[in-house]
Amino acid sequence: MSTAGAGHNYLEHGKGLMSWLTTLDHKRIGLMYGIFIAFFFLLGGIAALLIRLELFGVGEMFTGAEYNKLMTYHGAIMVFMVIVPGIPAILGNFFLPLHIGAKDVAFPRLNLLSWYVFMAGSIMAVCTLLLGGVDTGWTFYTPYSIGTSGGVVLMVLAVFILGMSSILTGLNFIATVHKLRAPGMTMNRIPLFVWSIYSTAILQVLATPVLGITVLLLAMEKVFGIGFFDPALGGDPILFQHFFWFYSHPAVYIMILPAMGIISELITTYSRKTIFGYTAIAYSSLAIAGVSFFVWGHHMFVSGQSAIAGILFSLITMLVGVPTAIKLFNWLFTMYKGSVQLQSPMLYAIGFMFLFTIGGVTGIMLAVIGLDVHFHDTYFVVAHFHYVMVGGTLMAIAGGMLHWWPKMFGKMFSEYWARISYLFIFIGFNVTFFPQFILGSMGMPRRYHTYLPEYESLNQISTVGSWLIGTGFLVLLGVFIHSLMYGKKASENPWHSKTLEWQTTSPPFHENFEETPVVTAGPYEYR
Amino acid sequence: MIFHSLPARANTFMPPQGTEVASQFDTLYAFLLIASLISFIILIGGLFLFVMKYKRKSIDDKTAYITHNTFLEFLWSFIPFVIFMVVAVWGIVIYNNMKATSEDAVEIHVIGKKWQWDFLYKNGKTVTNTTDTSGNIVYSTMIVPEKTPIKLIMTSREQSDSVKPVIHSFFIPAFRIKQDVVPGKYSSLYFTADKKGEFQVFCTEYCGDAHSKMLAKVRVVSKEEYDQWLIKETEALMNLANLSPAELGKLVYQQNQCSGCHTINGSPLVGPSFKGLLGSDRKFADGATQKADENYIRASILNPNGQVVEGFQSGVMPVYKGVLTDEQISQVIEFIKSLN
Repeated sequence: MSTAGAGHNYLEHGKGLMSWLTTLDHKRIGLMYGIFIAFFFLLGGIAALLIRLELFGVGEMFTGAEYNKLMTYHGAIMVFMVIVPGIPAILGNFFLPLHIGAKDVAFPRLNLLSWYVFMAGSIMAVCTLLLGGVDTGWTFYTPYSIGTSGGVVLMVLAVFILGMSSILTGLNFIATVHKLRAPGMTMNRIPLFVWSIYSTAILQVLATPVLGITVLLLAMEKVFGIGFFDPALGGDPILFQHFFWFYSHPAVYIMILPAMGIISELITTYSRKTIFGYTAIAYSSLAIAGVSFFVWGHHMFVSGQSAIAGILFSLITMLVGVPTAIKLFNWLFTMYKGSVQLQSPMLYAIGFMFLFTIGGVTGIMLAVIGLDVHFHDTYFVVAHFHYVMVGGTLMAIAGGMLHWWPKMFGKMFSEYWARISYLFIFIGFNVTFFPQFILGSMGMPRRYHTYLPEYESLNQISTVGSWLIGTGFLVLLGVFIHSLMYGKKASENPWHSKTLEWQTTSPPFHENFEETPVVTAGPYEYR
Repeated sequence: MIFHSLPARANTFMPPQGTEVASQFDTLYAFLLIASLISFIILIGGLFLFVMKYKRKSIDDKTAYITHNTFLEFLWSFIPFVIFMVVAVWGIVIYNNMKATSEDAVEIHVIGKKWQWDFLYKNGKTVTNTTDTSGNIVYSTMIVPEKTPIKLIMTSREQSDSVKPVIHSFFIPAFRIKQDVVPGKYSSLYFTADKKGEFQVFCTEYCGDAHSKMLAKVRVVSKEEYDQWLIKETEALMNLANLSPAELGKLVYQQNQCSGCHTINGSPLVGPSFKGLLGSDRKFADGATQKADENYIRASILNPNGQVVEGFQSGVMPVYKGVLTDEQISQVIEFIKSLN
């Protein structure tokens, strides 16, 4: 099999478009995901900027119908095509096999198929959203989604297809972690990024089918008039919410767990110190994954589910807070007596901790049932999940991309401009979303395209912040493009990290390592 | 008519406190804000401290090799756990206070539709959106007496069958309460307003194009003022020869041959009597039991053979689904209620 001699890196291994479209190399597949997810992020981001522009003033730039399509566009693209697949598909694909000393994932052909399935679903979703438009919000709540016109059926089928891709990727990663670890690489020696991707993969495989079934039921109801959810046909609209959140709550952890994995890698590398509480961090990922299946009802405190169900879901939700707190304190104490270097990836990791702490404590407030009744479906919730999903996951993606960039392309980037991008994104993020906590406390509901005059000034501050975030991401994009064109050649291990991916060339060989590494110690042996 | 609204509480950014529950809410929220601030200072303060104190001096820095510390890890698992449980239980107490009701609560029906709120009073008065002389929408205002328990019985329905009713949510920020309003179901919301004034109502479940314009007001007035208003409105309705929902329900009862099987004097015929039905415990042929509430009666009208009370025959009563409108069913329920 081994056709790759030394000196042949994976970028040069085969030329031309076809060599990419038919590649079985996990690194190339990761990059192909990366290009398109970045493109979808741009689309979703433009929608976000337009939403904020509309909310700048009380006057109307878009009609209600247009605004609702825009917010669906933003939500659906960002959730299903950016943050759910984001880290596992790009960085997971690229680094999971490298991290465990493998040549590739367990099923390379399945991996390529996952990419094609993802592309099919994404193109279908983007076309539906651009051509017809969907105005249900990314949650497709019934009976609204049954009654509304537009491409709901096509959109949910696209989500079904995307879900299929997610399941296949998860399956592949679980098999890879179990079967392809290098000699000596016990489960207690795999890097924490691998633990987090592994926990995520379990969620992908177990939770996503429920989403698939739910959207199929919705499509059947809409096309054939079978009454599952529509009260006019004898169905129950609350049932849809139960089904939907049974997937979509675990999906929240599909989005954040891999981000936590990246943060563990960044903090230990840039503190030059072994991770504090490896076991606690690894098992807290599994704990979060497990508990996440039993908390979906906290999205439904005011839906009409029984009071006792609400109370139980509130108590169980609190349990998610514990492993999350454990991770934050473990990262903090990893820096204790370390050698902390404020490289741009580390800045993003610190930004993650800052924003995720705010997202976490406001999550506790929302889990308290008596408080959620007021906060539910207000801007408080919008602010909370952006602090977790953007302040958390996107900060981790940005930090992770910078950290692994030299390995992926063999080129260094401009540290100065990477820091500038961080400043814009971090400050802009807080300017955008912190005022939304206050708006939510004041009672401003979400998904409003007009609002009362008393909410105007805070909305304007928020809109200005969105321009800063946009600028930050443009600068970051510039940093990456500049590096590809003019970047200095990267050494094998520019950050002096201990994990396996840094022990091969930059960029790696076609089959990753010249010879299969033999592991004799844990992943973070900084002594 | 300009009514003075209570100002927002500028120091906390919270809406005015219109109920006892609102002040309980604000106390717990303030506690959590302070607890969060302390946690934030510990974590982020520690972060800045370590970043500055252990800043890298050279790439050959020797670092401590600390893998874990069981005691510390126990502390930062256990202390958050205890705090989380305390606030969760505290929140449950407030939640129960939100759900507390009393027998003599004033009941008002709330109908959510695209895109307005209608309020139906016992005397038959319906409050709905109107337009002023220049064509602007005047949002409906629900008038309630102060210091009196209020129960809202809410559902979502549309005027015409061609429009599909969707889920709305009734939110009064000043009272810190909200509840989804679902088609085909009744949901309830309870409050006792402490202060006179006018308070904003929002729809908080996304419901389409004019979701953000589905607004209303709650106006809390003194009991005397409320009684006078009711009397005035009743007289106005009487003059128009209109009837209350209960009275309209009686007409529905008479016109749909219900009386052939269901008496209103308490003695069962082919079916159970309507007298004393609402609120009674029903025992079914399969042994299950249920309290007869609005949803039970609605279900029994729409699908009579779904659950048959012990001692009565199944398959006797015709199905009224598609025969009676939602509005008529509500009226029958009110009629049954009036017999208690």
